[in-house]
Amino acid sequence: MAFLSATPLDLTALIARVESPARGAVATFLGLVRDHHGGRAVQRLEYSAYAPMVEEECGRIVAEAETRWPVRVALEHRMGGLEIGDAAVAIAAGAAHRDEAFAACRFVIEEVKRRVPIWKKEYYADGTVEWVGAGAALVGDTPAGGPAA
Amino acid sequence: MPAPITQIVNVRVLLFASYAERLGLETVRVALPASATVADALDHVRSLPGGERIPPRPLCAVNLAHAGLDTRLTEGDEVALLPPLAGG
Repeated sequence: MAFLSATPLDLTALIARVESPARGAVATFLGLVRDHHGGRAVQRLEYSAYAPMVEEECGRIVAEAETRWPVRVALEHRMGGLEIGDAAVAIAAGAAHRDEAFAACRFVIEEVKRRVPIWKKEYYADGTVEWVGAGAALVGDTPAGGPAA
Repeated sequence: MPAPITQIVNVRVLLFASYAERLGLETVRVALPASATVADALDHVRSLPGGERIPPRPLCAVNLAHAGLDTRLTEGDEVALLPPLAGG
């Protein structure tokens, strides 16, 4: 199952992938495109990715979550052009009980943001365009296993 | 002193998003000495026109996994210079 999707994300389908009679809890997360960033009005955005590494890194993150907690995780991230309100990332974590489901779901979104090579170009209402984070301070060295938090 | 054995490793350096735009390039092929590291590949890319705008210590990957600047390169490696991540 590919983690990158060129078509709208379907949270119901992700939930179905982690449901089972033994799992009494499914925690989900949806990340949506917001209409503002840094005080500026955003009209739309475009995601680009290092696709083969996205697949590898997302696979590692899901495997880590499923090793750390007794859970089953489904994860997808959108590619390409998105409008305000579109789902950019969707996660479902199914477990016997809610504690593990919530913990795994939170872990996966934090690790996706920290480790997965995806970039976002925002188109603002004032006509300007910017890569998010590109103007930020220099990025530190990368320890084995992932970039510094 | 004996002459050093000159061996070369050929690697591909991939650029993305803001870095690719700064250089106007998505792929750079580099031939480096056999003991080269990610830092050496980065130095080469930063010496290209526009390359000075890539920070001296960007996030890097080798063969689809995050890697430090001191990672040794071998023939055929795929190095990637990763701008600040913005997924999720």
